[in-house]
Amino acid sequence: MWEAIRRWFDPAEMRSVGEPPDYRFSLANERTFLAWLRTGLALVGGGLATAQFLPPLPMSHLREVLAVALLLLGGAVAIRAVDHWARTERAIRLGQELPASRFPAILALAVGAGALLLVVAVLVRAIGGR
Amino acid sequence: MSTPRDPGLQPERTRLAWRRTLLTVTVVAALAVRLASTGGTTGALIAGLTVLVWGALLVLCWPRGTGTGPARTGGRTLPLVASGIVGLALLGVLAVIRGLW
Repeated sequence: MWEAIRRWFDPAEMRSVGEPPDYRFSLANERTFLAWLRTGLALVGGGLATAQFLPPLPMSHLREVLAVALLLLGGAVAIRAVDHWARTERAIRLGQELPASRFPAILALAVGAGALLLVVAVLVRAIGGR
Repeated sequence: MSTPRDPGLQPERTRLAWRRTLLTVTVVAALAVRLASTGGTTGALIAGLTVLVWGALLVLCWPRGTGTGPARTGGRTLPLVASGIVGLALLGVLAVIRGLW
């Protein structure tokens, strides 16, 4: 694992693998990476907004738990973006198939489950507040 | 420009993608500073660190794709920028936890 992390920070090693690809493919890979970073940033921003703009929820500290979960998820998306970018770049250089990933599906399910939890919390608060 | 013009405008699109990312970083940093600076020395420290990370990301992201020569891709900037975003997330976690007491 540490070896993979060290490789992310070593561009020379990336260039030593396979053939230099058409630069347009590398640029497209870079834009996909950036789109993932913005997804991560949106989750981080959502966590920060949850912590300061959401009114307190019925369960104690649920708001803070949601905020921290969103922040950590955003960080994880950023790390995964680097990993996926590096693996894609490697596959392009070696002329292999692009790496498949379960991550987008898992992320979508996690965000969906979180949104459902929040809807339940808001409904409980609305009904209990009467 | 010495290289033939790419009809897909890929370098330009990549530059704009970097700019969009930087804009998002700026909004997130502003949210983090607002959350952290609600009082206290720890909050001020977290806000200060957030501004530092934002500055580092500004320096890293801004020059990307501004050159007119052949496109430069990849490199160390990508993992560094991602690390900066992880840093912003962790500072945010600190700011949220600090608000609990």
